[in-house]
Amino acid sequence: MDCPLFLLLPFFAGDFYINLASQILIAAIFALSLNLLVGYGGMTSLGHASYLSVAAYISALMTSRYGLGHVSAAFISIAGTTAMAAFFGVIALRASGLGFLMITLALSQVLWGRAYRMSNVTNGDNGIAGLTRPMPFGISLDSAASFYWCALIVASFAYLMMAIFVSSSFGSSLKGVRDQPRRMAALGFNPWMIRWITFIYAGFWGGVSGLLYVYYNKYIHPTSLSTTSSAEALLGVIAGGSGTLGGPVVGAALVLLLKNYASAYIERWNMLLGLVFLFIVLVMPTGIVPGLGRLVTGLRRGSR
Amino acid sequence: MTPLISNHALEIINLNKAFGGLSVTQNVSLAMRPGERRLIIGPNGAGKTTLFNQISGDLRPNSGQIKLFGTDVTQFAPYKRAHFGLSRTYQIITLFTGDTLEHNITLGLLGLRPSRWQMWRPLSFYGDLATEARRILDAVGLLHLAAHPVSDIAYGEKRRVELAMALAQRPRVLLLDEPLAGLSNTERSTVKSLIASIPRETTVIMIEHDMDTALDLAETVTLLNYGRVIVDGDRDAVIADERTREVYLGV
Repeated sequence: MDCPLFLLLPFFAGDFYINLASQILIAAIFALSLNLLVGYGGMTSLGHASYLSVAAYISALMTSRYGLGHVSAAFISIAGTTAMAAFFGVIALRASGLGFLMITLALSQVLWGRAYRMSNVTNGDNGIAGLTRPMPFGISLDSAASFYWCALIVASFAYLMMAIFVSSSFGSSLKGVRDQPRRMAALGFNPWMIRWITFIYAGFWGGVSGLLYVYYNKYIHPTSLSTTSSAEALLGVIAGGSGTLGGPVVGAALVLLLKNYASAYIERWNMLLGLVFLFIVLVMPTGIVPGLGRLVTGLRRGSR
Repeated sequence: MTPLISNHALEIINLNKAFGGLSVTQNVSLAMRPGERRLIIGPNGAGKTTLFNQISGDLRPNSGQIKLFGTDVTQFAPYKRAHFGLSRTYQIITLFTGDTLEHNITLGLLGLRPSRWQMWRPLSFYGDLATEARRILDAVGLLHLAAHPVSDIAYGEKRRVELAMALAQRPRVLLLDEPLAGLSNTERSTVKSLIASIPRETTVIMIEHDMDTALDLAETVTLLNYGRVIVDGDRDAVIADERTREVYLGV
């Protein structure tokens, strides 16, 4: 229903807004992938920025340092990130709950430290600059509008794939393992394997968002690996509504809008972000999307 | 003498389990032939549920063996035992409360099917699963509640869902942990006839305190106390036994 609006945005909005929308789309893919873990799997990760950033770094290194084309660089980047998720998953899934959260945090901190310290590879604090955007089918993505459409296509596909994933048999197994792991095991489901596959799948889509991220910014810096990046996405997922499909998209949009608008007026925009989240959690503990949904059904019932 | 192919559905050999200094299973050996109806009785804390948890794989014994149809499954994870034909219910109702009854039963069906790994196809596309789930709900008299979430239904109905979920798997060995707990008289007779109608291919092992109902269903009885097998054998012999009266019936 809102599709025409999304499609036609570049025709009536200025470059600033188009770029903001592109950033929101990238953040939405990232939040959706994190939500597979947090919302549908009950695995709260505080290290999801690893997948976004490692994919971005691999692509940046492959194209700028080793002179690879964008297609092969993208392929290596996604394959590498997914393999890393498989490896990290084996480590992190030894624990659950807080233990899982701490391990994901620790692993991402290791990467963050490496990105700063291995300056001969990553350029350290200078980051890797001077990157280019790919030209799919010979179409340049350098204008705000063309990049936006490209991001919109990828984001729509990602959304569709993740929507099918959570409504599939496997998605039902995942939710079952989140709610009653013991019963699920007694019914013949392998809880560890289900969590691990989900972890890898979330890492894959995290990597896809990372590719778009580095294409958009044409630059990558260690801060994208910081705990703040992971925490911001996690807050977006929780504020929007974890375990829903719309929640992470709304949450990601909220974070970016606050960041862009509030930071123009007040220096301590992080404080404002905190207050907004506090308000959401107090008023709508399950998040904006489920909260508004309940409000709408409540109003409908009331008006009858 | 020892046959190569075991003629036991479930065999437990010298099973031991201790939590610290507390022995909850002591040298328990039991053998059940296929299709047997076994009742396990014993006072509270006798180690009945702990024994079930070891059979299902939720707990690992300290020593001893558990065999399903002659295969040693002692080291198998719970999900692997399910694929060997073992199914169970819980004393404390363990259902997916936010999901509909139909979805609960569907998960029971899905657990043993390869399609549980399918990621690219919505679950709702599997019409056969839904049909089968509704057939099973009908068999336990809950079809009219199929679309309701478990959190909406009454306690007695939840007990029946618990049973239906296990039955959906067509188990070869079924462990029932107090299937009648907390039920009214009417509900009791409903569940009793449900258990009585379980096909003969299934071996049923049941923990139950309601002797009046449970004894009718049982062919053999095992009395546990302090983690040990006190008496074991045919129903009438066990009930008539002096030790049963002493430990359990309190006469």
